Amino acid sequence: MKKIGLILLLLFLACSLIFAQEAKAEPFKIAFVYIGPPGDLGWTYMHDVGRKQMMDVYGDRVDVGFIESVEEGPDSARIMRQYAMQGYDAIFATSFGYMDYMHEVAMDFPDVYFEHCSGYKTADNMATYFGRIYQPRYLSGLIAGKMTKSNIIGYVAAFPIPEVVRGINAFTLGVQEVNPDAKVHVVWTNTWYDPVKEREAAIALLDQGADILAQHQDTTEPPKAAQERGKHSIGYDADMRQFVGDSVLVSPVWNWGTYYIDTVGKMLDGTWETHQFWGGLTEDAVKLSDFSPLVPQDIRDLVADKKAKIESGEWDVFNGPIYNQKGEVVVPKGQVMSDNDKLNMSFFVKGVVGRVQ
Amino acid sequence: MRIVLAKRETRSQIISTLVPIISFLVSLILGGIVLAFSKANPLDTYVYMFRGAFGNWMAFSETLVKAIPLMLTGLGVSLAFRIRFWNIGAEGQYVWGAIGTAWVMLYWQFLPVQALLPFSLLVGMTAGAIWAGIPAVMKAVWKVDETLTTLMLNYVAILFAEYLYYGPWRDPKGYGFPGSEPFPREAWLPRFLGRAHWGLFIAIIIAFILFFVLTRTKWGLEIQMIGKNPDAARCLGVNIKWGIIMVLLLSGALSGLAGGIEVAAIAHRLQKGIISGYGYTAIIIAWMSQLNPIAALFVAILMAGLLVGGDQLQMMIGLPAAMGLVIQGLLLFPLLAGTIFTEYKIRIKKTKEV
Repeated sequence: MKKIGLILLLLFLACSLIFAQEAKAEPFKIAFVYIGPPGDLGWTYMHDVGRKQMMDVYGDRVDVGFIESVEEGPDSARIMRQYAMQGYDAIFATSFGYMDYMHEVAMDFPDVYFEHCSGYKTADNMATYFGRIYQPRYLSGLIAGKMTKSNIIGYVAAFPIPEVVRGINAFTLGVQEVNPDAKVHVVWTNTWYDPVKEREAAIALLDQGADILAQHQDTTEPPKAAQERGKHSIGYDADMRQFVGDSVLVSPVWNWGTYYIDTVGKMLDGTWETHQFWGGLTEDAVKLSDFSPLVPQDIRDLVADKKAKIESGEWDVFNGPIYNQKGEVVVPKGQVMSDNDKLNMSFFVKGVVGRVQ
Repeated sequence: MRIVLAKRETRSQIISTLVPIISFLVSLILGGIVLAFSKANPLDTYVYMFRGAFGNWMAFSETLVKAIPLMLTGLGVSLAFRIRFWNIGAEGQYVWGAIGTAWVMLYWQFLPVQALLPFSLLVGMTAGAIWAGIPAVMKAVWKVDETLTTLMLNYVAILFAEYLYYGPWRDPKGYGFPGSEPFPREAWLPRFLGRAHWGLFIAIIIAFILFFVLTRTKWGLEIQMIGKNPDAARCLGVNIKWGIIMVLLLSGALSGLAGGIEVAAIAHRLQKGIISGYGYTAIIIAWMSQLNPIAALFVAILMAGLLVGGDQLQMMIGLPAAMGLVIQGLLLFPLLAGTIFTEYKIRIKKTKEV
């Protein structure tokens, strides 16, 4: 009897060793859900760059998949469910409209980590992450304000939601800081990614006399349209100068790699907790790209000076006084707008021509 | 020499079973060639697609989620096609169903919560019926071509829905994102498996009622007659104008119900992602089911399986989204083309020298 017991015990040990090793060899499976194709050279492209940086760091320990061009609607829930069902351990969704669907799926799969970019709903297993792109947007506004000649700057904008409004305001504050006569004209496209619509909106702004175009869109169409007319532009998402040319003066860019490496690391070592990450220049979540050779040195120095003040925490873009379009004080001098107010921003500052619809 | 298509007088049993099977094989081969060119193993891919759609209960529940609106719009379109009314406006009727349902859910909350769901679906059906009724009246009274009117009205409906959820119906607490407020949770259409919901049973019951009405009632026979031989129908005293209008009201109501159920069970609000082309896919379902309501149920599940399984092309094989759509289209094309062989004979005629 003892012998059999011993053999059974050994067998059990052997089995558990084998399974333990198998379990150890099993990589951590991560999925990314994208709103556009990584080839958009904008928003999704930058997430994809971050994804690859993260993969380089963790190598064989992670198994990473992605799916592109997923509509912000009921279909996105199906995609996330399928990933969760197929044994994925973490799912990243990179557009605002996925929020409610991800939240719903997160409730049904409590053992899966969910990370949603740009939303506000969280759960024990669902965190949010985003970047203070308004900081580099402000800096790019300084350049646009200095370099415009017609004092008409166009802004091709996606949706009238706080994220976009905040960007337009930050950019305009930069413009007005150096050039109170310049105005920022906004056109809404109601799409994140639509090369044709973005181009049409860009052309409409150029026809109004804009000599610099800025954008909150995911493709390089507005900068291309500006370049074809011999005008300048401010890129977005990625350093669009690489894809379009030197007419793109500068681009506020995302840098997701640092965050992805950090949060996946926490998942791997089991220290992940739900959170709302909103990183700026200091946290390396957002950046200002290199300048085009067309940007003169004195403007570069001005930008570097402001950038240092933001990074040190000495000054913030939405420090008072801030005026709305009617000229009323929204944030008095000496006060700082709270993060909550920034996240709910639904008014335009002085200098913006257009309406938050 | 020329090739002539001649309509078959009788459908032979062998051909109508053989053609779909052969078309399906051709589909798989065509898709396989493209997959092989994209450096994907065709056999593995098909297995992944099948598993993604039907591999387990959870996967199948997602296929059902897609199949339910396809069933209802498919039934609606088939009904109109039976009287040779080419209703390609199911998409618009579906959108109006969603709008009607959302209207009651959002603005009629003085009703008791239990009444909200049935009443909102009823209003959705009515809205869809009216939207189909417009081209029906135009056709019945002025003989306006319905293919154009139904198609154009789709755009009107979609743009009106956009106006609503970008404008007056936009959720004030939604951070400006386009979409209405969520419906009251108590009024959601219940789910029974994953996201699969009671809409399935509604669709099945309706399909059987339709089958009974079309084959066993006087009205059903009149409809058959209007479709096959309107002159004979007229001689027998069938009111054709009234027939067209009635059939189309019903057709629109079914698509409207599809839209209503989709917002009440899945989206829980009116928003842009709900309009994803079910009304157009319904046309394919009507054709492939040869206008048979019971067959439409199964074809809808197959189509939904193709859509849901198609996700695997990206998720498992890593094909780009556009390539996934190409493969799905390729798989469908021979199936549709195949119907020509069940309806027509192909003869090669020698032309006489002139």
